[in-house]
Amino acid sequence: MIHAAEESGAGILFPIWQEMLVGAIAFGLLCFVLMKFVFPRMEKTFEARVDAIEGGIERAERAQEEANQTLEEYRRKLATAQEEAAAIRDEARATAEAGKEEILVSAREEATRIIAAGHAQAEASRQQLIRELRSEVGNLAVDLAGKIIGQRLAGDADTTATVDRFLAEIADETAETSGAR
Amino acid sequence: MTDSAIVLAEGESHFPPGIHSFDFADWFSGLTGTALAHMFTTITMVVWATVAILIIFFLWANRKPQIVPTKKQWMAESAYGFIRNTVAIDLMGKKDGVRFAPYLATLFLFIVLMNFWAIVPGIQISPMSHIAFPAMLAVLSWIIYVWVGIKTHGFAKWFKMTVVPPGAPGFIYPLLVPIEILQNIFLRPITLALRLFANMFAGHLILLVFILGGFEMLNSSNFFIQGLSVFSFAMGIGMTLFELIVILLQAYVFTLLTGMYIQGSLAEEH
Repeated sequence: MIHAAEESGAGILFPIWQEMLVGAIAFGLLCFVLMKFVFPRMEKTFEARVDAIEGGIERAERAQEEANQTLEEYRRKLATAQEEAAAIRDEARATAEAGKEEILVSAREEATRIIAAGHAQAEASRQQLIRELRSEVGNLAVDLAGKIIGQRLAGDADTTATVDRFLAEIADETAETSGAR
Repeated sequence: MTDSAIVLAEGESHFPPGIHSFDFADWFSGLTGTALAHMFTTITMVVWATVAILIIFFLWANRKPQIVPTKKQWMAESAYGFIRNTVAIDLMGKKDGVRFAPYLATLFLFIVLMNFWAIVPGIQISPMSHIAFPAMLAVLSWIIYVWVGIKTHGFAKWFKMTVVPPGAPGFIYPLLVPIEILQNIFLRPITLALRLFANMFAGHLILLVFILGGFEMLNSSNFFIQGLSVFSFAMGIGMTLFELIVILLQAYVFTLLTGMYIQGSLAEEH
């Protein structure tokens, strides 16, 4: 019948069963291998890829958050440090101020003391000079008087006492004058 | 019963080409006329080659799948992903799409490569131009979409869904139901098979007309006609490029329709 159909040209529409069988076996084998060993693994790969991408995004977000936290912490630390530095500076300034004051006070005291010592020394020198001058003047006056009256008065106790009394009077007068001045 | 490639080599004139151009001799002449006839021919060899190439390529390319794919892995994934995303998931949604994607992708790859032999130099015949192979695939598609429908809805409901179009008034049922039965149950696999077969058959015939015609003109004693053979060969090359489009398009159409039929069986109402 097929042969007859071939003659008329309609044979091409009737499948040859051997070819259908070969085709079915070949296609069945292909389906078996691809659908069992290839495509399910590809689906797994696709899933893994989606997971990897979503996981990556999640990881990136977490890292971002962490970075923000660290930044915030550093800002806080920086602010604290600045405050501390200001406090230290203020304290140092106060300390320096106090030190300066102290130095000034002690310097003034020192100056006063030195001046006082100078005064005392000058006074002592003056007293000494006065004493020396007094005996010198006494002697000179005695000598001069002796020469004038022609007798030696030196060594006489009365004379010495007289001169001393005289000089004391002069000294008193001088003291009064300088005190008034 | 001659092979068109041999025809060219022998320089015999087999012009014009006809249905005899699709007959391929048994490799072992002893088998002719027995039950094993047609089992070892250029056609079946090409079928096995198709299956071997696909299996070897996909196993090799997807040997060690990685998150960041290698080039060959990317190629294999793209081939699968194309049908998975544009046919299976688009038609059936994510869950069912992923379930049927492996079959549809296998179907598409098989048809594309089977068709592609039509323009491979030295072969230039697609097994799909023998109706046995499209018919086999159409029967398989039919079994799958009927089986999916019965499994999803039960036989009675699936049958009702298939043969009674929703929204039609009752009085038109006697006319409509036989047409629906004919169309949805009997004609679908036949049109599926015929569409693919006829395209590949016609494509092969057209290539034969221009290429054999070119040789025929070249063999002519008339110098003018010999010169004109250039145009025939040029048309042969042009038609080969056109054939490439048909190859891809028909494989896609077959896969898309199978997907649509399966989707129709899965859907609640259609």
